[in-house]
Amino acid sequence: MEFLGISLAVLVMFVGFGLLIGILFGFFGMGGSFLVTPALLVMGYPSRVAVGSGLAFVFGTSVIATLKHRDLGQVDYKLGVLMIAGTTAGIEVGKEMVLYLEELGMAGSIISVTYVVLLGGIGLFVTYEALKGNDGGGIDHDAEDADAEDIPDIAKTIQSYRVPPMISLRGGVSVSLWMILGVAFVTGLLSGFLGVGGGFIRMPALFYLIGVPVPIAVGTDLFEIVFSGGIGSFLYAMDGGVDLSIVLPLLAGSALGARVGSAATSIVDEGEIKVYFGLMLLGGSVAVAVRELGNVYDIAVLNTVSLVLILGSALLVSGAVVYSSVSALREEAPTDPPTAD
Amino acid sequence: MVAGGGATGGLPAMVDAATLIGVVLLEAIVLYVGYGAAEQVLGDRLIERLQNA
Repeated sequence: MEFLGISLAVLVMFVGFGLLIGILFGFFGMGGSFLVTPALLVMGYPSRVAVGSGLAFVFGTSVIATLKHRDLGQVDYKLGVLMIAGTTAGIEVGKEMVLYLEELGMAGSIISVTYVVLLGGIGLFVTYEALKGNDGGGIDHDAEDADAEDIPDIAKTIQSYRVPPMISLRGGVSVSLWMILGVAFVTGLLSGFLGVGGGFIRMPALFYLIGVPVPIAVGTDLFEIVFSGGIGSFLYAMDGGVDLSIVLPLLAGSALGARVGSAATSIVDEGEIKVYFGLMLLGGSVAVAVRELGNVYDIAVLNTVSLVLILGSALLVSGAVVYSSVSALREEAPTDPPTAD
Repeated sequence: MVAGGGATGGLPAMVDAATLIGVVLLEAIVLYVGYGAAEQVLGDRLIERLQNA
């Protein structure tokens, strides 16, 4: 039996994979193309289709997750528009850097090393901050308004530069326009240089550098991904790179997952989740390193090992989000026994 | 396979691409509304079951 030109088994697999990614996307505001594109490549899709369909899927999922976060009052549109402006400029400069390195014949190796170091570095940093506990300025999903002790030290420093015009953001934060554009430019630069969506860079940057509460960082990051994913997938679609038989079932699963992940941000005590999140990034960096080694030494099996590492990390973290949500719900359950009339 | 937009450039390719992205956007909105309605109807019962399981 076939639907959309693919077998029922593949269809079910895509829906399940979408569900897993949707949970991560809704909870962390990242994890889309980082997971989908390598999986499609290993399944044998051409890179143009893998990247284009991955982007189209990220676009659809970010629309759903942004709508959900908007319902929860967790999207700062002003910050989102400023981030889009700064990020776009950064992506252009990053792309030029890649072209220059390609002329020198050094692009592949430098980009791979930077990707591994950055992913691993952010993973280590987040894990370290999480293990330090609440006193260390770790991520707090419950913070609607940013208390002084919840704001990371780097963000406090950036907020202390009162260069006008100052911009008031959701969560009671006030930051110089130039600082926001600077952070956006740097994250865009890295995104354009590495050729990735950049959620794993931008979401921590919004929290650790600008100091907005995590739910707003996630919601605003997703809002920005709607535009970057939409433009990217449109460009690939013009070249025949978007395959609806991949995108539609993935989106059916991720729409449900994104609701679960977004809702979980309001109920989960995420102390342990932060550690898993950091470990997922570390797993991702090891996976990319393994894949690059496979490419350099022409060992095909390392590509599969890389995919298993990425999927295993994602499964572990999304499972932890669901498990912690159910545990939190059970702790909130009324303890009074039902009365028998 | 339902691949999209095979044209090599120009207006037809742009229209094909816009249609594809429109389909993805439409599915996203339909799913958002549909799952939202399901959550309204079944959400409380599901939470109750999870709490009492």
